[in-house]
Amino acid sequence: MVNKGTAAAFSLGIDIGSTTAKIVLRKGEEVLFERYERHFSQVREKTAELLRLVSDITDDEQISAAISGSAGLGLAEAANIPFVQEVFATGEVVKLKEPDTSCVIELGGEDAKIIFFDGGLDERMNGSCAGGTGAFIDQMATLLNITVDELDKLSLDAGRLYPIASRCGVFAKTDIQPLLNQGARKEDVAASIYQAVVNQTIAGLAQGKRITGKVLFLGGPLYYCKGLGIRFKETLKLDDEHAVFPEYARYAVALGASFYAEKQNSSYTIEELIKAVENASSVSGGKGRLKPLFADESQYREFKERHAKSTVKELDISEYSGKAYLGIDCGSTTTKLCLLTENNEIIYSYYASNQGNPAEIVREQLTKIYELSGDRIEIAGSAVTGYGEELIKNAFSVDYGIVETIAHYTAAKYFEPDVEFILDIGGQDIKCFKIKNGAIDSIMLNEACSSGCGSFLETFAKAMGYSIEDFANKGLDGKAPVDLGSRCTVFMNSSVKQSQKDGATVEDISAGLSISVVKNALYKVIRAASAAELGEKIVVQGGTFYNDAVLRAFEREIGHNVIRPSIAGLMGAYGAALYSKKCRGSTIISRENLKNFVHTSKSAVCQGCTNHCRLTVNTFGDGKRFISGNQCEKGLGKDTPTQSLPNLYEFKRNYLTSIKSEEGTRGIMGLPLALGMYELLPLWHGIFTKLGFTVKVSPMSTRRTYEKGQFSIPSDTACYPAKIMHGHIATLIKDGVDAIFYPCLTYNMDEKMTDNHYNCPVVAYYSELLKGNMDDLSKVKFLYPYLNINNRKELVKELHSYLSGFFDGIEKNEVKTAVDYGMQKYAEYMEAVRTEGAKALDFARKNGMRIMILAGRPYHIDAEIGHGIDKLANSLGFVVVSEDSVFRLAEPFTVKVLNQWTYHARLYRAARYAAEHDDTELVQLVSFGCGVDAITTDEVRSILENAGKYYTQIKIDEITNLGAVTIRLRSLIGALDERSEAVGRA
Amino acid sequence: MKGVKLLEERKYIPFTEEMRKDYTILVPNMLPRHFKLFLQVFKNYGYKLELLETSGHRIIESGLKYVHNDTCYPAILVIGQFIDALNSGKYDVHKTALILFQTGGGCRASNYIFLLRKALEKAGYGFVPVISFNLGGLENHPGFRLTVPILHRLFYAIIYGDMLLSLVNQCKPYEVNKGETERLADELTVELADKMQKEGVSFKKVKENCKMILSRFAEIERVKEKKVKVGVVGEIYVKYSPLGNNNLEQFLIDEGAEVVVPGLLDFFMYCIVSNLTDIWLYGLNKLRYPVLKFVFNYLVKQQKEIIALMKEDGNFAPPTPIEHTMELIKDFMGLGTKMGEGWLLPAEMLELNDEGVHNIVCTQPFGCLPNHICGKGMMKPLKEKNPDMNIVAIDYDSGASKVNQENRIKLMLANARANMAEKERENGIKAEPENEKTEILA
Repeated sequence: MVNKGTAAAFSLGIDIGSTTAKIVLRKGEEVLFERYERHFSQVREKTAELLRLVSDITDDEQISAAISGSAGLGLAEAANIPFVQEVFATGEVVKLKEPDTSCVIELGGEDAKIIFFDGGLDERMNGSCAGGTGAFIDQMATLLNITVDELDKLSLDAGRLYPIASRCGVFAKTDIQPLLNQGARKEDVAASIYQAVVNQTIAGLAQGKRITGKVLFLGGPLYYCKGLGIRFKETLKLDDEHAVFPEYARYAVALGASFYAEKQNSSYTIEELIKAVENASSVSGGKGRLKPLFADESQYREFKERHAKSTVKELDISEYSGKAYLGIDCGSTTTKLCLLTENNEIIYSYYASNQGNPAEIVREQLTKIYELSGDRIEIAGSAVTGYGEELIKNAFSVDYGIVETIAHYTAAKYFEPDVEFILDIGGQDIKCFKIKNGAIDSIMLNEACSSGCGSFLETFAKAMGYSIEDFANKGLDGKAPVDLGSRCTVFMNSSVKQSQKDGATVEDISAGLSISVVKNALYKVIRAASAAELGEKIVVQGGTFYNDAVLRAFEREIGHNVIRPSIAGLMGAYGAALYSKKCRGSTIISRENLKNFVHTSKSAVCQGCTNHCRLTVNTFGDGKRFISGNQCEKGLGKDTPTQSLPNLYEFKRNYLTSIKSEEGTRGIMGLPLALGMYELLPLWHGIFTKLGFTVKVSPMSTRRTYEKGQFSIPSDTACYPAKIMHGHIATLIKDGVDAIFYPCLTYNMDEKMTDNHYNCPVVAYYSELLKGNMDDLSKVKFLYPYLNINNRKELVKELHSYLSGFFDGIEKNEVKTAVDYGMQKYAEYMEAVRTEGAKALDFARKNGMRIMILAGRPYHIDAEIGHGIDKLANSLGFVVVSEDSVFRLAEPFTVKVLNQWTYHARLYRAARYAAEHDDTELVQLVSFGCGVDAITTDEVRSILENAGKYYTQIKIDEITNLGAVTIRLRSLIGALDERSEAVGRA
Repeated sequence: MKGVKLLEERKYIPFTEEMRKDYTILVPNMLPRHFKLFLQVFKNYGYKLELLETSGHRIIESGLKYVHNDTCYPAILVIGQFIDALNSGKYDVHKTALILFQTGGGCRASNYIFLLRKALEKAGYGFVPVISFNLGGLENHPGFRLTVPILHRLFYAIIYGDMLLSLVNQCKPYEVNKGETERLADELTVELADKMQKEGVSFKKVKENCKMILSRFAEIERVKEKKVKVGVVGEIYVKYSPLGNNNLEQFLIDEGAEVVVPGLLDFFMYCIVSNLTDIWLYGLNKLRYPVLKFVFNYLVKQQKEIIALMKEDGNFAPPTPIEHTMELIKDFMGLGTKMGEGWLLPAEMLELNDEGVHNIVCTQPFGCLPNHICGKGMMKPLKEKNPDMNIVAIDYDSGASKVNQENRIKLMLANARANMAEKERENGIKAEPENEKTEILA
């Protein structure tokens, strides 16, 4: 059927992306037909359909044809039609149509690409961690409950931009959700979403190469989303002449494929092509498949009957009179309400998406409740929990605001008084806690990178054209569920794509997704090795568990039956309502005041300090205000901040930033305050001051620092502390320093009693990367000698010989004096930290306060990297000490892993200190992407848990929102309180 | 919280003389070609070793279940493969031991053995001994001693292994009779190990055998055809192990490329240089200098002789001497960068480029710390100085989708073919007629 060598009259290009199919038919220069349509994963069918559309034009003349696109590969192979890689195809088009282009930015459904033409062709595609673009925008629109078009329109009226983490959809969601819940304007959020895409493209793809000259913007999203184009133009500072949005933006790849097709010496008639596509058998099938969720009908019936038993009695509200208790769970994507009788029967409940405006939903619902209640029912107590807790509590004068974990435990206890384990999978997060002796024993929350479980299923269902209910039901019938692994949801997107390519049915995909959500929870969050670890009595809840496929997958995975209350999605609200029963006299907004309730929100920038937090000011009808977005208490309009508690992070920051520089004669030496420089600043500062340099230290990081260096980051999965280094270097260069010093230190300070004293590879050798990727470094002397800081004689020798290559007349004696001086300064600093740590512990014990060892690494004290978690802990009543201030108070000991990094060795001893003291808790700060922490976290956890202590971990990244951190810390406090109450009772 | 339970000492179960008699030692499949030779050597000394050639999803599942999910992918795979094997019922778990390389160094890979022991305990196999294979005497296993004769043979096994690896890569894409190359390599593996046992070891013999290997491979009937050459570098496990890199070599061959993978000897010498840099840069362990320097010079000399031998033979492309490779990297990175693959990684890219292999796949586990610097961090400066280089970085991990990986490699290949066609036009050589495969030459 392939006709070799026949001259073709037409050339045809087909581009099948992750979400859309595009077709272009040309005759010579002229484009005769083009079409762009979503394919809803029906790749073969859609392609055949599009081909039929051109058959009128082509009749049975010969056509040369080629397929391109990420979803086109399998089809091309199976149908034996030429295939061309899509970025390559784009490159061909641009070379032909716009030869003076310097750079192409092409965004597709799930891929993002940059092609540089200047200085040798260079093409990049997004890495496996850089979430989708078109799909990301779709996801965000779904989150805002608007269409993509509406999102675009909104973005045009934006007044300000919020920082939204741009790594992937899941991260961004974590930032956006609280913004919405706190009442940020949708216009601003919409533009901020676009900005996140822009930042991601620049940071993730440009990788050190500047985007300048004539830039061509291609792909569907850039064609449709005008606002996105505007953000790109502004960020890249391009004028109309240099930012080109061509009419064929959507068809560039298909067009490229058609050019490619011409060069092939094979052609087809349209009928032959259609036949080839239709007959293309899907490859593989049995591979990567799992067992169906139910073996047969009877299994399914047993399952249904068993779960029908866990119910709560419901009463008709019109038949009840007396006291009632209101629970509100204002979650990340949904708002839940529950009204209980004195006997815990539900007389009213509500569960729906909060549509980005939870305050309005609660107002509506309260109004309805008041209507239904008439004069018969009195709201005698109320409590709110969830992401929007603060906002709702303030807006409606709710009696209690309680942390989610406590609300859920309260509810679970109602169904199973001896519950041992609770797993809650909600729209955005997974929470699980173990219960021991009537108190919460350990809490696990998902990290930002594995969240998005429930809403992910929903987004997926929508993308495939189903409601979540139908999609879930289909999963129950999956004959061979696809195996999608258990990683972050962005990866699942691509895995699903692959399984579609392999011909998986919707049923199999739905079941596969449910199984992977379960595995994600079990192995990623709970980190369970066996079902026995979870205990016998398990309650599962959260909206996601309404999905029978998920429930079944969970029972199957742990090999154990569990309880799913009929009100699985209402458990937070139910628990809150139960909790509020202890109320004596409710303050909740009255019927009259509710009628006059108005809520407006506007944004503002706090001028309290140099941090300039972006605030959202909510104003309610009665003049009450609620401010969010603040990192400290200054912006809240309160008169005086609460008396400050000892905080070693603050102390260290102040110490390091107040080291004085002297005017020198040898020029300005810049020291970037990032990574290993944090702790060793006194050493290097001392040495260079003594050597006669004017030492200039880059200021503490802000978000802006990160953005300044963002474009030169070559590896977007490196940790935030490393990435922010680029900004520090850029700052120093801009400030006109003569030289910049950041040495390569394979070995850090030897603090003895460990297997070794390495730095991690990133801290040790980051200069090598900086040198290769920051072109501006050629403007200064960049000094990065390999040094041994454990041997003064060596250090003097090495430093002297190295510096002599850059500066004239540096004597060895001088270096020796300088090194001695620097070492003394370093020792003073470490001593000060220790003394201050001891003082803080003393203060806490005298005042009976809780102590928190905020255990990270020296650079985690940075204002931007640490996101003010230390201050937050202070505000929750903890005295905060650092790992380096207390670790020496615990004896060294042998750990189960190789103890070979200086910074990390301190964590183990600090953990031991916490293990040995009742009043001390340890919270571990972990950088996203820190490979070393994968080892330390498990070890620190086991040290603490062996001693019966809670282990709390906070993963930090670019995310600036403290909401999740607050929940974690408050849960810890809640658990501690419960535990001491339990001890008190015993 | 009184009576805090102190952690026990870091203990391990030694592999005893007694165990040596009837225990099977399982070996992870990292470098299939070399490990088969190593196994033969050990077999000849009375050990019962078995190379795990299992694959499939169960391995990843077991790994994810027992290892922290953020740990690097090789650890998840190696540990998963072990546990999967123990679970399989194929082995008497009370007569089974495991063996793992331990290098020491600032990368978290030094921790694999501890992670493995933790995982074993969690899985209920705490009693299974794990042998640490290292040259530094990090642990003591009386039943497993790396004697001088064994080490000597292992070293030559590296030389043979590298040669087989290189020759297989140079023949397989062109072989006329499918499977012939692999068959020959398998035959030679057994033959060579036996020879070492019977003939004793001397470099003279090694050279004779290398000549024999070269001539045997030269006999393989090959088609004359110009194929795109693609180099593979990266983190040592995902670079070599088909389990780690989704069968990258086979994929590239199927795409019509010739694969070029630098040998293990380079890595071995890199480890020695790493020890030397501690002396050069930091003045540490000066006493070890003479021995290290001696070993290094010895290896350099032997490598040179093998290269000379291959040049003389003239049928196959020889490797690059390490000293030249070290020279190439000097302008880009200090030799002090010694965690993970360190400077060797970009140096091998330059080495490949120097040999005329401009197309490179740089493989790494997702989130590999040293590779942020040595892999992705070096691509920009390398390409700036060598515009011909066509590098693609591929991340491997349990969640990464094969489609994405392959699509990126295909992009690299499309450019590689375009570049090759361009060069041929420039050189006035007529391009080979297009073959049946549809996706060739732009």
